[in-house]
Amino acid sequence: MIFVNQIIQGVLLGGYYALIACGLSFMFSVMRIINLAHGSLAILAAYALFVLADRYGVSPFLGLVVVVPAMALIGAGLQRAVLERSARGGLLVPVLSTFGLSIVIDNLLFQQFGADTRSLAPYVGDLSYDSWSITDDIAIGKLAALTMATAIALLGGIQLFLNHTQLGRMIRATAEDSDTVGLVGVNARRVNALAAAIAMATVAISGAFLAMRATFDPYAGALQLIFAFEAAVIGGAGSLWGTLLGGIVLGVAQSVGASVSPQGFFLAGHGIFLVALFLRLYFGEFGPRLRRLVRGTA
Amino acid sequence: MTLLSVERLEARYGLLTAVRGVSFAVDKGETIALVGANGAGKTTLLRAIAGQHPLAGGRVVFNDADVTSRSAHVRARMGIALVPEGRRLFASLTVEENLLLARSAGRAGRWTLEAVMEAFPNLKARRRSPAGTLSGGEQQATAIGRALMTNPEIILLDEVSLGLSPLVVGRVYEQLEALKGSGVAIVLVEQDLKRAMATASRAICMLEGAIAIEGATAELTHEQVTHAYFGLRRSAEHGARA
Repeated sequence: MIFVNQIIQGVLLGGYYALIACGLSFMFSVMRIINLAHGSLAILAAYALFVLADRYGVSPFLGLVVVVPAMALIGAGLQRAVLERSARGGLLVPVLSTFGLSIVIDNLLFQQFGADTRSLAPYVGDLSYDSWSITDDIAIGKLAALTMATAIALLGGIQLFLNHTQLGRMIRATAEDSDTVGLVGVNARRVNALAAAIAMATVAISGAFLAMRATFDPYAGALQLIFAFEAAVIGGAGSLWGTLLGGIVLGVAQSVGASVSPQGFFLAGHGIFLVALFLRLYFGEFGPRLRRLVRGTA
Repeated sequence: MTLLSVERLEARYGLLTAVRGVSFAVDKGETIALVGANGAGKTTLLRAIAGQHPLAGGRVVFNDADVTSRSAHVRARMGIALVPEGRRLFASLTVEENLLLARSAGRAGRWTLEAVMEAFPNLKARRRSPAGTLSGGEQQATAIGRALMTNPEIILLDEVSLGLSPLVVGRVYEQLEALKGSGVAIVLVEQDLKRAMATASRAICMLEGAIAIEGATAELTHEQVTHAYFGLRRSAEHGARA
């Protein structure tokens, strides 16, 4: 089978997409906020790790010990300063304010670091290119496997945390009805700030992996956002296991698409996203109205 | 001994004043019925006491502490619990999770998960079902159980029998009777006047955002309350009391 390798590589690529979609999906499910600054924040974390590695010789994995808590703090601050205020203005205001935030972050990074592309690959030794050979035709990259394992651990860990801890219950209840949680003694503002901190901590991890597997520059956030967004939507926005599945579907589609035609990588990815989106709308909440519309024009 | 005192409380929805200068006090362990027609301001009054609706004027004093500027979660931690109109359960969380959530209030006491299950046996089989899939009676039991799990000193019950079958209403009231003996103060909003008067020791009847008549249930006649309820002979009542 010629496609076996494509599918395996696609699944591994999907693990990467799930990892970058994790924070986006979590934030949407918990706070009903579509964070368009998601990609830019991941790039910000990548630059932080780069500075630590380049200037101070800190390995990116060790650097995460500093960058994850720092991003978590930024998340809590962001929630208080931007997201909370804009969410009060309705569902669409956070989309605008986070879009503005992404422009600010991108350009500040550009001002600071210039247009040079960077990568963390030189700082992780042979991890960035080494692989295990399964057969003559199939090799599994060590970094890709680590990315997949991290994605599963992170998404699974957050799911377990949400389902089985008191804080997890508080986060879910606040997502559902932030007014009523006050009646049982839950401080909704603090829970939301904590949730934003968790989301940004996952963004820091996804930033590390995106910077290790490829290069990045100050404006690389937008593309990351698109892939994260597509993975989250294919998997059903807000469901964490669904996000993993969505990432894999997107990765396999791109990988198989690329083997058909050089243009196929993006085309197949966006195609499967649109198909999934259409199916969700067709059989979902707006289904009856959409079905009537389709029948009416046919 | 006074547990809760509400002083000249005013609450508004935009330009509409829903509660106009209401004052009353609740003693420890006392049960009060709050009655009145739809739109009389009962729900708004309870929400304002629990911290869910901002006050336009007046004060709420609980255990000698002014809680007027405290937010709802702080009041819950101090011992004020509200069973809101329409129950407002967290539909995607299970019954057990809804109850456990109330531990966030950080008040230990006799109401534990087991105690609530004991008090509402109909919840036992539904422990792990999402609250959104429950019947009306089970939802109301969960809502009351959730409020009890905060181990409150006062519990405000808003329309607990709304949408329930008479049989289930009877069961809920059996539980309230048991609750009365436990030292918890109860403020009960109820459409069924007879039942409210039978359960409470004192009744407050609201009309258009103000208290129309107030007194011990043993001393108030059904006619007096009905008149206050609909605003008939209101001036005559006031004249008689003066």
